[in-house]
Amino acid sequence: MDKQYFHSVELDADLCCGCTNCLKRCPTEAIRIRNGKAHILSDRCIDCGECIRICPHHAKRARSNQLEEIEQYKIKIAMPAPALFGQFNNLNDIDIVLTGLRELGFDYIYEVSRAAELVSEATRKLIREKKLQTPIISSACPAVVRLIRIRFPELCDNVMPLLAPMEVAARMARREVIKLTGAADEDIGVFFITPCPAKVTEINSPHGSEKSAVSGAIAISQIYPALTSKMDKLKVVESLSKSGLIGVGWATSGGEAAAMLGDKYLAADGIENVIRVLEELEDEHIHGVDFIELNACSGGCVGGVLAVENPYVAQARIQILRKYLPVSLNHLKEDDIDRMMWETILTFNADTFRLSDDIFEAMDMMEKMEKIVNDLPGLDCGSCGSPTCRALAEDIVRGRAKETDCIHKLKAKIQSVYDQLGNL
Amino acid sequence: MSSIHLHYDVSGEDFTRAGEASGSVKKRLKALGYNTDAIRRTAIAMYEAEINMVIHADGGFVDVDIYPDHVDVLLSDHGPGIPDVEKAMQEGYSTAPDNVRSLGFGAGMGLPNIKKYTDDMRIETEIGKGTDLYLTVRVKEA
Repeated sequence: MDKQYFHSVELDADLCCGCTNCLKRCPTEAIRIRNGKAHILSDRCIDCGECIRICPHHAKRARSNQLEEIEQYKIKIAMPAPALFGQFNNLNDIDIVLTGLRELGFDYIYEVSRAAELVSEATRKLIREKKLQTPIISSACPAVVRLIRIRFPELCDNVMPLLAPMEVAARMARREVIKLTGAADEDIGVFFITPCPAKVTEINSPHGSEKSAVSGAIAISQIYPALTSKMDKLKVVESLSKSGLIGVGWATSGGEAAAMLGDKYLAADGIENVIRVLEELEDEHIHGVDFIELNACSGGCVGGVLAVENPYVAQARIQILRKYLPVSLNHLKEDDIDRMMWETILTFNADTFRLSDDIFEAMDMMEKMEKIVNDLPGLDCGSCGSPTCRALAEDIVRGRAKETDCIHKLKAKIQSVYDQLGNL
Repeated sequence: MSSIHLHYDVSGEDFTRAGEASGSVKKRLKALGYNTDAIRRTAIAMYEAEINMVIHADGGFVDVDIYPDHVDVLLSDHGPGIPDVEKAMQEGYSTAPDNVRSLGFGAGMGLPNIKKYTDDMRIETEIGKGTDLYLTVRVKEA
């Protein structure tokens, strides 16, 4: 289970100048600067995209698919994330976006917001039937789920064991199209139009299932120019949208939680806030809440690093778009919930942060670490290539850095050599 | 047996800083790959005790010793002492001032909760002198 997973966040070494911007921003301390270039510690990276957002040199980017790649498939399905609908000025009809996608070469459109409505209904049902350990933490944000897997062992059981809307949508889209056309499954390409690099990772290393039904992901920022130009030239707008305000609301923070239709929920967004909530949950300081929605990005999915519009502007637009939509257009059928449940359980990756799997050795290493930390200047400047003095101490005891990587330590050492030479 | 010793001064001035010591201990226990149930119980019990220390005793210090199979915690303060320990152990009993209650603390869950989450709890208290609270959390093999 704990195989190395694929990451969507990658580095263009030519553009990286080895500055400390990403190093300091990374919420899981997964970046080190070595030999003047940033490196990602693969087991710690949760693909939240904060480093892509902060890098002034655009050296970090998210791997995603190009629009041309849809041509590999006979039948092409586009699955727009609801966040896409917040990216356009003066948009008053979701069908304009969906028809634009059709013009770009997609044969069918399946809005992820449709599946979101089913996931919301399934969650409500599971809460009502008291089948899950409360408070239930949403499993929709893959960066959050990965974060829990590496840092919050006691919360793994609270993560809702339902596939995220993207995955549910892909499965339903495939089923519908196969029923409609009789096409073979392998001839169908299902492409998610994504605001989020973590979703790209999710397609390659999914949570809750062995293999994703999604074929690829195209970044909103990549498809945006071509899509807007098609949207501007539409002669006929097809009637394609089949989602209500509940599904579209998932685009912004609080949308999924509001769809619980109760008031015992909490919604937090922005990775630092998410971590604070998880810490408090772990310490059992949060009471009286059944459902917890957590989004790694500020503002929710509209704040994804692959979106183009300011998340709060996008949020305002989503609000207006939702105003005249029916509440929900998608409802669970008999066996839908069974098909949406995770097939594999969420396991904690104990190895990510622990110093050693032998407690005695780990204690020994920590003892050394504490000594080293006390000896470091405590500036947390990042010049050594580790994000903090404590992280450097950890890297030293793990054997991946040395004390003189600290420029202040090095300076003192040079000074002492110089002084000794002077005394000769 | 060797242990990792940690020492924290808990300020009685700033309520918003309460929980820093327990947070730091939690982080270290995780880095040690400690038993997750023991981490949880230690963090919860220590947090409650730390809050108590700030609310009632104007701060103090915390000594933590981490052993491979258990964690010992001493929380020591120079506060007013606990006049009736037995009464303080009853759920719902609270002498927390209103400004603290308005923050959602002081529901009288402190000591009973600490006892619930630890394997050993000992209180040494003297009126006018202060209180020492000794806690032990043992690793229970799964």
